[in-house]
Amino acid sequence: MEDLGEIVGEFLMESHENLDQIDRDLVSLEQEPDSRDLISRIFRAIHTIKGTSGFLAFSRLEKLAHAGESLLSRLRDGVQPVTPETITVLLLCIDGVRSLLSSIEEKGTEDEVDVDSMIVKIQAQMNVPSEAAPAAAPAAPAAPAAEAETPVSVEEAPAATRPAPEPVADQRQPLGQILVDAGAAQPSDVSSALQQQLEGDERKLGTILLEEGKAQPAAVNEALQSQAPKRSIADSAIRVDVDLLDTLMNMVGELVLARNQLVRGVMEIGDTTLVRSAQRLGMITSELQEGIMKTRMQPIEHIWSKLPRVIRDLSNSLGKQVQLVMEGKETELDRSLLEAVKDPLTHLVRNAVDHGIEDPERRLAAGKGPEGTLTLRAYHEGGHVAVEVADDGAGLNVERIAQKAVENGLLRPEQIPNMDKRDIMAMVFQPGFSTAAKVTNVSGRGVGMDVVKTNIENIGGAVSVDSTPGEGTVWRLTIPLTLAIIQALTVDCGDQRYVVPQVAVLELVFVDGNTTKVEYASGAPVYRLRGKLLPLVRLDRALGLEVGGDQGVYIMVLQADGRRFGLVVDRVLNTEEVVVKALNTRFKDIGLYAGATILGDGKVGLILDVSSLARRSHLAVDSERENVAEKRGPAGGGTERLLVTAVGERRVAIPLDTVTRLEEFPRDRIEHAGSREVVQYRGQILPLVRLSHLLGAYGEELEGDTVSVVVYSEGGKSVALVVDRIVDIAENSTTARRDAEEDGLVGTAVIQQRVTELLDVRRAILAADPNFYSDAADDMLVEA
Amino acid sequence: MASRQFATFEVDGQLFGVEVHTVQEVLSYNEYTPVPLAPPAVGGLFNLRGQVIAAVDLRVQLGLARQALQGPVMNVILRGDGEPVSLLVDKIGEVVDLDDETFEPPPDTLSGPTRELVVGTFKLDGRLMLALDVNQAVDTYRATT
Repeated sequence: MEDLGEIVGEFLMESHENLDQIDRDLVSLEQEPDSRDLISRIFRAIHTIKGTSGFLAFSRLEKLAHAGESLLSRLRDGVQPVTPETITVLLLCIDGVRSLLSSIEEKGTEDEVDVDSMIVKIQAQMNVPSEAAPAAAPAAPAAPAAEAETPVSVEEAPAATRPAPEPVADQRQPLGQILVDAGAAQPSDVSSALQQQLEGDERKLGTILLEEGKAQPAAVNEALQSQAPKRSIADSAIRVDVDLLDTLMNMVGELVLARNQLVRGVMEIGDTTLVRSAQRLGMITSELQEGIMKTRMQPIEHIWSKLPRVIRDLSNSLGKQVQLVMEGKETELDRSLLEAVKDPLTHLVRNAVDHGIEDPERRLAAGKGPEGTLTLRAYHEGGHVAVEVADDGAGLNVERIAQKAVENGLLRPEQIPNMDKRDIMAMVFQPGFSTAAKVTNVSGRGVGMDVVKTNIENIGGAVSVDSTPGEGTVWRLTIPLTLAIIQALTVDCGDQRYVVPQVAVLELVFVDGNTTKVEYASGAPVYRLRGKLLPLVRLDRALGLEVGGDQGVYIMVLQADGRRFGLVVDRVLNTEEVVVKALNTRFKDIGLYAGATILGDGKVGLILDVSSLARRSHLAVDSERENVAEKRGPAGGGTERLLVTAVGERRVAIPLDTVTRLEEFPRDRIEHAGSREVVQYRGQILPLVRLSHLLGAYGEELEGDTVSVVVYSEGGKSVALVVDRIVDIAENSTTARRDAEEDGLVGTAVIQQRVTELLDVRRAILAADPNFYSDAADDMLVEA
Repeated sequence: MASRQFATFEVDGQLFGVEVHTVQEVLSYNEYTPVPLAPPAVGGLFNLRGQVIAAVDLRVQLGLARQALQGPVMNVILRGDGEPVSLLVDKIGEVVDLDDETFEPPPDTLSGPTRELVVGTFKLDGRLMLALDVNQAVDTYRATT
């Protein structure tokens, strides 16, 4: 590629763009075979490729382009009609051109690509015998060629000999002419001004007229405006290397930091003039930053443009009829994100054509039109861009997905009845999952949807699917606007500052240690968030730092990977936009950091990876299910949340809604009242019952300074159930249980793949305090 | 006669050197952001004109105690594969031209972590310079004992 020189490089780039456009135009042409505009446009584009390749001595390319052009000229001249077959051959021709181009790009030669067979096919399409075509063609393109190949250059006119003032391209009307036509200036004034220019006056015509008071500023402005739109596209856009933009972006980032430092310094000095200049600098910097950001944005059309062709080819080969509708193609996304979205989107589209939209017979049988509609939709939504791929096909078969999920061991049969339809559908994103009745070469091999999910999640986005039987399916990608800049919260932990992406943050809670406090379930910190226990992760502990106190700290309620947990930090500072910098590869293995950023003070701050923090902190796997249940709300009454405890070798679960509090008592605070064990607790005497005794699990008594208890309170009375250890909080479907034969238990169930006994709470309470449920209990308790 | 240019620096009184073409720049920097849970040889991160650079504590790599990282510390910033990485050193020395003739493999008596980082010895006037294996020197996952 290096030795090809700039001209070839530019030719390749331009041709690739042209080919994409031709693809689109050909597909549209198939829809409107009579559109002369489309034919002319395709013709011009292919002619340009032919012309340039001849100039650069790529003879095979020239030959192929020439053949395509000949066929097109027949279409254009109406010698033969546009048929799907012609379109197919022309698309084939474009593919041939493409492979020639890539061969030139990679190997620097076009020799290895066979064009003759393609040319034969193209000529076969032409109704006339093939020998006539090459001879006839060269004459035909002459006229459009002139149109396409003569971009007018403004700079070419040398200043000294310029024939007319105001060097304008010939498609632009001279300013003087416009002003005279509009009656805003006298012809004599204009000609005298022109005369001045010829005599060497360097000022522009408009300026001369204005300065001599011969025209109104408003009129000149208007005239200039009316000139402007006639500027051709080539003049108003330039190609810029993306690396250069990235460099600019980084430099602007630096500039922002330098500005921040300057502003801080200037504030300290307090000089008002300096402050004003600094503020002005600040504003310009922000605008500059925004401008540079915009240069990286591209309309999503860029990646959509290849899809009409994909859909056409695929639907033809499957014998389906698909109409493509695009909405919001001007929606802009950061370039790097567009790249990342391209493949997942193509996969979704192929999948929708292959499995979503039915063939015409089945559609007719279902009372729909024979032609299916595939809708691509892009729009902004709350700081994100949503991209939807919607089909009006048969919809997802929820039962089959559920069945498949059970077969693959992803779900247990008893879970299905309680699951939300959408959650079952989301199973298709699991690796190796395919419900396609037969595997086609397009999709159905079970690779893909999980890759779609992974790819989108890698860029901080999300995927979801919704479907209505018989009406269609909507795949939805939610994509952040840009990778480079994220909204984040800065927090302090230890003496360092960390950055938490704001997407993950649900709410913040300040823990003063009195009205709100961190509690411990056998050493595991939890917080009661509106009555529900929220597992906590101490950031200092997670990072292996010195562990601080529980008072005056903040809990960030975070959601990641479907888990919800609280992150305990010392201080939450503020939210700001931070520029994400990739972290050195050597830190990838740690896994806790999603990247780094430069903070306002110029120091490096680490961006925490919330989902890996959740994983790393050994949050229970089942908490994911827990969340699903929460989303469903009270409607999902078939499940309950359980506190799983360890008693000797056994796992005993206690319904969480009967648990008031989890406590730890020093072993030496246990006192004896008669035959019972009690502790003093909040000015009360709290009777204890050891579940190990109650359930007959006489294992080794755990040695330790403290005992873990589950406190149950009702009507001002409390009892404490002593367990060896609090294991976890889990969700369980009530259908999963089996009645127990043993005393003190209501049944057993499989929770987290382990057999777990469900405690008969009432029975346990009565064991601790036989009078718990009777009214006259107060006094007796003390006596006992 | 073949000669090579080396950028030299000192750690714990010993002169080390790396070939000049591997060095991007040398600078002193104050503020390092520690990376919890990173290998011990990682001194921290710092901001080099908007780029986040990892600083590898050469002392730790050589089996010595960590740099205190209070106040300015000298960095020898090496061009890595796409991402520069810095070596924290005690003191920067001169750039020296060395004949290959003055080169010898590391002495057999040199052992311990230093041995693994050193490709050879250059005999300078009055002192010895140990040539570092750049890749080994910045490899923070190397087992340090």
